[in-house]
Amino acid sequence: MLVGLAVDLMRCAGRALRPWRPEKPYLRARTISHLAWVGADSLAIVSVIAACVGIILSLQAAIQLEKVGAMSYVANLVGFSLVTELGPLLTCLILSGRAGAAFTAEIATMRISEEIDALAVMGIDPVRFLVWPKFVAMAVMAPLLTIWADAVGITAGGIFSSLVLGLSGKVYFNQIAYFLGFKDLLSGLVKSAGFGVAITVISCWQGFLAREGAADVGRRTTAAVVQSIFVMILLDLFFTALNYIFR
Amino acid sequence: MSGRLESPDIALSDVSVGYGERTVLSGVTTVLPGGKVSVILGGSGCGKSTLLRNIIGLVPIQGGRIVLGGHDMAEIAEAERLDIRRRMGVLFQDGALLGSLRLGENIALPLREHTELTDSLIEEIVRLKLKLVGLADFMDYFPSELSGGMRKRAGLARAMALDPAVLLCDEPTSGLDPITAADMDQLILELRATFDMTIVVVTHDLESLYAIADHVVVLSAGRMLFQGPLARLSASDDPFIQQFLARQPSRESRILGGSWSAMVDSRRESAVGRG
Repeated sequence: MLVGLAVDLMRCAGRALRPWRPEKPYLRARTISHLAWVGADSLAIVSVIAACVGIILSLQAAIQLEKVGAMSYVANLVGFSLVTELGPLLTCLILSGRAGAAFTAEIATMRISEEIDALAVMGIDPVRFLVWPKFVAMAVMAPLLTIWADAVGITAGGIFSSLVLGLSGKVYFNQIAYFLGFKDLLSGLVKSAGFGVAITVISCWQGFLAREGAADVGRRTTAAVVQSIFVMILLDLFFTALNYIFR
Repeated sequence: MSGRLESPDIALSDVSVGYGERTVLSGVTTVLPGGKVSVILGGSGCGKSTLLRNIIGLVPIQGGRIVLGGHDMAEIAEAERLDIRRRMGVLFQDGALLGSLRLGENIALPLREHTELTDSLIEEIVRLKLKLVGLADFMDYFPSELSGGMRKRAGLARAMALDPAVLLCDEPTSGLDPITAADMDQLILELRATFDMTIVVVTHDLESLYAIADHVVVLSAGRMLFQGPLARLSASDDPFIQQFLARQPSRESRILGGSWSAMVDSRRESAVGRG
């Protein structure tokens, strides 16, 4: 089932990339609506959490770094932690709880109420209709939201450092610009895209497995979130190790 | 598609039906005649809905053949099977409308997928289909805002969206009040008369059976007990069919009823004795 879903998604990707025969307009509209729901509608919660994490990191860094008189390195710690690790991870944890859980619940409910059978009978591929727009939305929006979270977290950390910790804003942002490279940003974005894809595949797969009524919807949703988090951590380990090896 | 598919016969020969290793129905051989209403009748859990899913192609058969308008569904290529499936309209038990779409969008869905019609033309067709089932004013409603009977009628409108040659209905009157159920039966008869479709209805509703059936298939205990015209059904001497048509309780129920009555009677007597 999971392999079948992956194969179907690759088929959808092949279909979507045919310039000579573009997707049906109603399917494009579904993808755009998912992009808006996953992306724009998650901005507020991602912003709040990223700002809090930026402030927490600057506080934690300040406690240690002021002992050795290296307060300017607060910026390095905040920026590097956010861009390479916490930005993608926290953003995708939010997406897993918000979007992934909703994907599972939607598909599981549709499975139980025969809506997926109805799609198949109408000659509409359920993977193309239901999963592909979610897949595109998560693959595109997870990295974009991560960039946003990085920016908000770093800015919040900078403002807090200058207002409360007495670190000059100019020094903070200069440090960020000097020490953070494109490679760091890219490693975070690759992670978030991988996390987004994993969340979508696991969440939709769990939804399709639902069989036994309303209680199963709850069970599948819980399983999807737990499995998504577990796989995200494994992927994080994998990507970080790759990053270390090819540093 | 090779060959026309206008009100085709559906021929089942020695069809076995089941899930995994478990067989729920076997040896089903019948022809559901084209342009007629065939009713598949049977008690709960006898495999009639599964048989319908086999005909639709949602569940593979365990054995035998299903031939639709001369096309053996197991032997034709996948593309041709999908093409034939597009000429089938299916009404699921609760309508199976997509909850996230408005009624009009639900009915427009097969049109948007399988035709290149303009939006305005699709909207016009959707209005016509909704008018056909008496829901013209409900185009912008979500399925959750409709009653069970309205959802079934909307499901029928969606099943009719592509002007199918075959209409398959799973328990179209279950859970409906007698008047709404009679309306649904009337609608099915009108569709047959107007569009000359092959209609297959799975039900255990006797009133629907008498109202709409031309051809009847009776299933029970994993096998087919009867197949033929409605007029011959009441002449069947099969005990299950006689019991089913007379709406008599089952043997198990009579045993339970007897001991329950005896228990109630004895308690009443002891209560009177104490009084």
